[in-house]
Amino acid sequence: MAVRLQVNPIACDAFGYCAELAPELITLDEWGYPRMGGQPVPVELADSARAAVRSCPRQAIKLVQDRAPSRERVATSRPSPATHPR
Amino acid sequence: MSVLEAPPSYRRLLYGLSETNTRSDLSEHHRRFGGCPLPPPHHRHRWRERFHAQIELSGLTGRGGAEFPLATKLAAVRAHRRHGVVVVNSMEGEPASQKDGTLARYAPHLVLDGAELMAALLGTSQIYVCIARDQRGAVQAYEIAARERRQWDSSSVEITICTPPAHYVAGEESALSQWIDGGRAAPAYRPDRPSIPVIRGRVALVDNAETLANVALIARHGSEWFRSVGTPDSPGTRLLSISGAVSRPGVYEVPFGPTLEAVLDHAGAPAGGLSGVLLGGYGGTWLSSDEISTPLSSNELKKIGCSVGAGVVVALERGHCGLAETARIVEWMATQSAGQCGPCVFGLPAVADDLKTIATTDVSPAIVERLWRRLLAVEGRGACRHPDGVIRLVRSALRVFSDDVEYHLANGPCPGVHRPSPMTGISERRIVQWR
Repeated sequence: MAVRLQVNPIACDAFGYCAELAPELITLDEWGYPRMGGQPVPVELADSARAAVRSCPRQAIKLVQDRAPSRERVATSRPSPATHPR
Repeated sequence: MSVLEAPPSYRRLLYGLSETNTRSDLSEHHRRFGGCPLPPPHHRHRWRERFHAQIELSGLTGRGGAEFPLATKLAAVRAHRRHGVVVVNSMEGEPASQKDGTLARYAPHLVLDGAELMAALLGTSQIYVCIARDQRGAVQAYEIAARERRQWDSSSVEITICTPPAHYVAGEESALSQWIDGGRAAPAYRPDRPSIPVIRGRVALVDNAETLANVALIARHGSEWFRSVGTPDSPGTRLLSISGAVSRPGVYEVPFGPTLEAVLDHAGAPAGGLSGVLLGGYGGTWLSSDEISTPLSSNELKKIGCSVGAGVVVALERGHCGLAETARIVEWMATQSAGQCGPCVFGLPAVADDLKTIATTDVSPAIVERLWRRLLAVEGRGACRHPDGVIRLVRSALRVFSDDVEYHLANGPCPGVHRPSPMTGISERRIVQWR
């Protein structure tokens, strides 16, 4: 199942650990905030993606199931399914 | 559903409004529009299905800016088992917009009729009316209107007037619901959008005042009547707040279909032409003087990458510097950030700085390149759409005023930079409170 990284920009405080641990997936902007790219995480980088999720002191990063975003679909209050690292 | 005789003009929401009117009390409201057709007590279920179908057929979309189909939103809220609440959004965070305030002063009962109909549809009695607390006239108008309705009949709905703090992002749906729930009037993080706000454990239908006023008219005259003006893809009318280089600024009700140029002529735009027109709001788009011949309709405007948005139209006179005006707007929009997301907190002031440098100094091409990079860096990275609106505005400015960029690069600031700005409301409203 394809997953991708998602950052909660309100929670994120620009610690930047995630970009250290997964530089192939995450880059920092000029102010130090992470950009996730929005691409599915390749299987060979799944471990570093999970490390990035775990490293965040603000728990701002999640791995979510990759779904095509749709404007017609209206989300319910149910939280999006997340793949939690163990 | 009974259908009342409809007013025979394009003036619908502002029907019967003349210079002498100060306020529409309940009897005046009934004289103008007729009584509100609320559901019969014994056939509520059937009424709900029929009225929902009417709204769907009408093709009414949200008038707050996003233009989301109301029937779709309604279906999503109704799908929840928990009882809902209705929130009237009359925050009018756009400084150049006056339409919600106009409705509050001249036709508050039309808006409240719409809210009551929506409450009946959701099977709730709770209505919150949200008006920014610096708009005292509008607050008072709704307070008086709510009192009149209580005295008129012992209707079962309970109208609560709320006055959240006045700032740009407080009118955002999730900011309003958070504030009513006791939190800060700041947008929430919702990765799955559009999502349904929840207030005190109940799903909320948050609708712009103009949308609800249209609902009140659809209940009276039906969806066919509603579609009888406008275009097939954008039926009905819009309230436009027209300001800037026009001799008759104000709020106009216009059907979809005619061009923006025709509307501006009507408001008294100068014959010599304009250097640009801002459409939508301070997070909207600049249009060149050629583009204003596009018909006002969602599809036609989408083709040139814009929308009517919140109905703001600011005409910029020839000789004014569009880059300097955009820099002023962006500088102000940066102060309106909720301060939650890094890309917005740091990105918007950086973008504003670059624009100001381009507009007011002997600028190098490197600054223009950096600005383009920063636009890419900030876009889509906030919890709400506030930064995206600013980016859209700046992109459109760089496109529409590309000749000015060339001029500034070659010669330094143009003479238009120091002309008085037609942009209203961007000197005051520094944020002092969030509760």
